[in-house]
Amino acid sequence: MPIQSLKGALRALLLVAIFFAGVWSQSSGVIDDFLFYLPDVRYLAAQHLWLTLMSGGLAILVAIPLGIVLSRPSMSRWAESLMQVLNVGTTIPTLAVLALSMSFLGIGTVPAVFGLFVATLLPITRNTYAGLKGVDPALMEAAAGIGMSPAQRLLRVELPNALYVIFAGMRTALTINVGTVPLAFLIGAGGLGELIFTGIDLYDPVMMLAGAIPTALLAIIVDALIATLAFLVVPRGVNPSRS
Amino acid sequence: MIQLDNLTKVFDTPKGAVVAADHISMRVPSGEICILLGPSGCGKTTTLKMINRIVRPTSGKVFINGDDTTDMNTQDLRRNIGYVIQQIGLFPNMTIEENITVVPKLLGWDKARYKERARELMAMIAMEPDAFLKRFPSELSGGQQQRIGVARALAADPPVMLMDEPFGAIDPINRAVIQDEFLKMQQALKKTIMFVSHDIDEAIKMGDQVAVFREGKLVQHCSPDDLLAAPKNAFVESFLGEDRALKRLNLVKVAEVVSDDIATVSPSDTLETALARIDDYGYQNAILMVNDQRQPVGLITRAKARTTKGYCRDHFENVPATVTLEDDLRKVASLMFAQDATWLPCVDSQGRVCGQITQRAMTHHLGSRFRAREAADRAVEE
Repeated sequence: MPIQSLKGALRALLLVAIFFAGVWSQSSGVIDDFLFYLPDVRYLAAQHLWLTLMSGGLAILVAIPLGIVLSRPSMSRWAESLMQVLNVGTTIPTLAVLALSMSFLGIGTVPAVFGLFVATLLPITRNTYAGLKGVDPALMEAAAGIGMSPAQRLLRVELPNALYVIFAGMRTALTINVGTVPLAFLIGAGGLGELIFTGIDLYDPVMMLAGAIPTALLAIIVDALIATLAFLVVPRGVNPSRS
Repeated sequence: MIQLDNLTKVFDTPKGAVVAADHISMRVPSGEICILLGPSGCGKTTTLKMINRIVRPTSGKVFINGDDTTDMNTQDLRRNIGYVIQQIGLFPNMTIEENITVVPKLLGWDKARYKERARELMAMIAMEPDAFLKRFPSELSGGQQQRIGVARALAADPPVMLMDEPFGAIDPINRAVIQDEFLKMQQALKKTIMFVSHDIDEAIKMGDQVAVFREGKLVQHCSPDDLLAAPKNAFVESFLGEDRALKRLNLVKVAEVVSDDIATVSPSDTLETALARIDDYGYQNAILMVNDQRQPVGLITRAKARTTKGYCRDHFENVPATVTLEDDLRKVASLMFAQDATWLPCVDSQGRVCGQITQRAMTHHLGSRFRAREAADRAVEE
C-alpha cells in the first residue's frame, strides 16, 4: 500500500512538472522557436529517411544472402575467417568509413549511402549467419532424413527458425543506421545532421535540438516498425514474443 | 525387406582412419523389427544412417525390397524411408499438422488427401486431431512429441522405417506406453524396421531380431530368445547382463509352458474326495475348486481336507491369482513370488480353467535351451 501511494504521488508530480515545463516553454517562446524550423525538419527528415532506406535496404539485400552463403556447409572452412574480416570492418568508426568513401567517391548522396551501407552490413550478416548456424542440428538431420532437398531445408526449416535472430540483427543495424545518418551531412548528403551540426557551430541549442529530437524519434519509430514486422512475420511456434 | 551387403564406413579423423562399420552384411525380412544393439561407438547408428545416406557408405550396398539403392536419387530414397530420431526433430516453426504432412507434400499429394492422412495418423497414435493438429511442437510433452515424430515418419506409408533410439529421451513410464502402442501399430502396419537401441530390455521387447554390434562389427544376429539362450561370446554375454535367463521370461508366453493336466474338484464334492484327488495327483498343498463353467472359485488346502469333514463349498480359500495364456512368464514369476505359490491356475479368454503352470515347468522350459546348447558344445568338442 505505501509503495502504491508513493507511485501515485510520483506520477502526479511528473504530470505537474510536465505542465509547468509546457507553461515555461510557451511563455519563453521556445515552442515558437522550434516551430520556426518545422519546414526544415520536414524536408531534412525525408532526406534522412531516404538515406536510411537506401543504405539499409541495400545492406539487407546484400547481408542476408551473404549470411546464407557463409552458413552453407561447403563454406564452413572459409566462413569463420570471413566473419572475422567483417568484424574488423565494424571496428572502423563510421565517421572514418564516411571519410574514406568520400575520398574515393567524392561528396554527396552516393558516398554517404555507401559508407552507411558498409556500417549496416555487418550486424545483419552476422545475425543471419549465427541464426542459421544456430538451428538445432537435430532439425537439420530430421529435414534431411525425410527427404528435403538442400533448398527446401533452407526455405522451410532453416530460415523460419533463424528468422527471429535475423530480425534482431536488422533491428540493431537499422536503428544504428538512423542514428548514424546525421554524420552523412559532413560529406554533403544532407539529412537531419544539417540542423544538428549547424546548431552546434552556431551555439544554437534550439536548432541543434530541432535536428536531434526528430533523429531520436525516427530511430525509435524504425525500431518499433521492425519489431512489429518481426512479430507478424516470424512463425508463431518460434516467435518468443508470441509464445 | 532390408538387405545390407558388406556395408563399410571409414571416417578420416586427425588421428587416422577409424572404421565405424566393418563389412556389415545382414538381412531384415519384410514386416519384422530388427534391433541394432550395442554400446555407444559400436557402429550401430552409423550402420543405420548409411541406409538413408545421412552417412555416406565408404563401400557396400543397401537393398530395399530387393532393389539396389546405390543409384537412387538421395531425396527419393529418403522420402520412401520413414525416419525417427532420438531428438525427435519436429520443426518448431510448423504446426503439428504441417509437421506430419511434410513428406506427403514433398511427394506432391493434393491438399484434401494429406489433410485426411493427418487425421488418420492422429487417430492411429491415439491423439485427438482437433485438439492437436493446429498446435505447435513446443506446446506438447516429450512423449506426445515423439508420437508425432513417429506419425511424421509414417505419413507417406513408407515400406521401411529407420528409428535411431526413438524412445531414448522419454521417461521410463511413458517409454513403456509408447513402446506398447508402437508394437500394436506395427502388428497392423507390418513395416520393415531397423531400430537402434542400447537398451537390452527394449531390444528384447521390441525386436523380432536383434543384431549385436561391437567396434564396428556385427557380432551376433538372431532372435531375442536365441540371443539370451545362446550368446555367441563373452562380450555378448556380458552385454546381456548376468540376469539374462530372467530376461527370457519376457519372451516366453504361458501358452508354451502350460500343462493341461490339472485336477479339480467341484463345490459339491466332499473334502474326502478332494483329499483323495490331491493324493492321486501328488499335489503338495492344495487343489483347485471350479464351478459349473470351470471358472476357478477357490482352493481346498490339504491340511483342511485332512482334518475336516464336509463339502468343499464350505471350506475353500480364495484363489491367490490366475494367469492367462497370453501372459509372459515374467508376470507369472512375479505373481508366484508375491503369493508364495509354486503353481498357478491358467485360464482361457472366457475365464475357464485350462491348465496350470508350475515353477518346475518354467525352469525346465528355460533350462532346456541352455542344456541343448551345452550338449551341442560337447558334440562339437568331441
